Amino acid sequence: MSEQIEMAKAAIEKNCKLNDIDVNLGQLQLSVDPANLILVIDFVKNDPSCEFKQITDIAGVDFPENEKRFEVIYHFLSFRLNLRLRVKTQISEVESLPSITSIFPAANWFEREAFDMYGITFTDHPDLRRILTDYGFEGYPLRKDFPLTGNVEIRYDEIDKKIVHEPVKLQQDFRNFDIQSPWEGTKYLDKEAKESE
Amino acid sequence: MAINTNIEETSPELERLKKLYADKGFVVTSINNLINWARTGSLHWMTFGLACCAVEMMHVGTPRYDVERFGAAPRASPRHADVLIVAGTLTNKMAAALRKAYDQMPEPRYVISMGSCANGGGYYHYSYSVVRGCDRIIPVDVYVPGCPPTAEGLLYGLLQLQKKIRREGNIKR
Repeated sequence: MSEQIEMAKAAIEKNCKLNDIDVNLGQLQLSVDPANLILVIDFVKNDPSCEFKQITDIAGVDFPENEKRFEVIYHFLSFRLNLRLRVKTQISEVESLPSITSIFPAANWFEREAFDMYGITFTDHPDLRRILTDYGFEGYPLRKDFPLTGNVEIRYDEIDKKIVHEPVKLQQDFRNFDIQSPWEGTKYLDKEAKESE
Repeated sequence: MAINTNIEETSPELERLKKLYADKGFVVTSINNLINWARTGSLHWMTFGLACCAVEMMHVGTPRYDVERFGAAPRASPRHADVLIVAGTLTNKMAAALRKAYDQMPEPRYVISMGSCANGGGYYHYSYSVVRGCDRIIPVDVYVPGCPPTAEGLLYGLLQLQKKIRREGNIKR
């Protein structure tokens, strides 16, 4: 199997413009620029030494401290060679990625999910709209600056006979269950108690 | 069958009638008791399985727990159902569908909220996409606690609902 990884790695290194290539835990990992993404993915799908014919997932990551805020990770699987591949790319909030639906039709909903959760846009996507969140939802819930409890909550209004959206009003404060031991309780609370004394 | 203690059941007139017809193949009872018997004996439930609680709701219908011995059967349509069992996490997106299903049920209708998520959001209480209790959307009769509640727990909840129906004991819808 390691021989196949080496062969795939050599082929990708030879034919693609990469920022980085690495073998991690027996899996290939590439880093590419958004401009080269389509070419690289087309290559790893069709080259006989790779044949990554299935897309497993597209994951987004938010790093607010980075200049290029979002990292998008494409996961592929090669049936014939029993190999897995990750392709990483970074974009900023205002940039958009090329859609890979022309190569992998299955990427359609993954890209919609990334758009829904992070607001990452994909150019040339056939139907880029929200997929999981509520109809009329505002904001991108997996961004680090999105509040955990969101901005609106819903209830049924008996007078209007419809479901209404209202600003979140928690009946109970958010509790932090950061305890080391369920018997001894938290250490940081002890420290706070001592300081107040 | 329910014994309704607060009304004519104990009146001397009824006792006399009962005695008169007991050995002639008739049963004399109050109309309240008859209606309670009919209502509690056919609590067909609307399956509204939303998460893992739905698995326990399925168990309650299987021969081991056999809720059908109480005359209850799962119905796929709200128009056939008497009781709506909200089994699982109710999300904002699903809330409108839940209300629609509830509105389609014929009166008298009852609701059992099953599990922590349906009762008050549970594990997902602080989530941006989960309704903090299905009683924000529809009125609930019985809350069954647990995560998920066992099939016995749900069965007990159903029996509590029967008890509640008997206690109300009226024809009004």
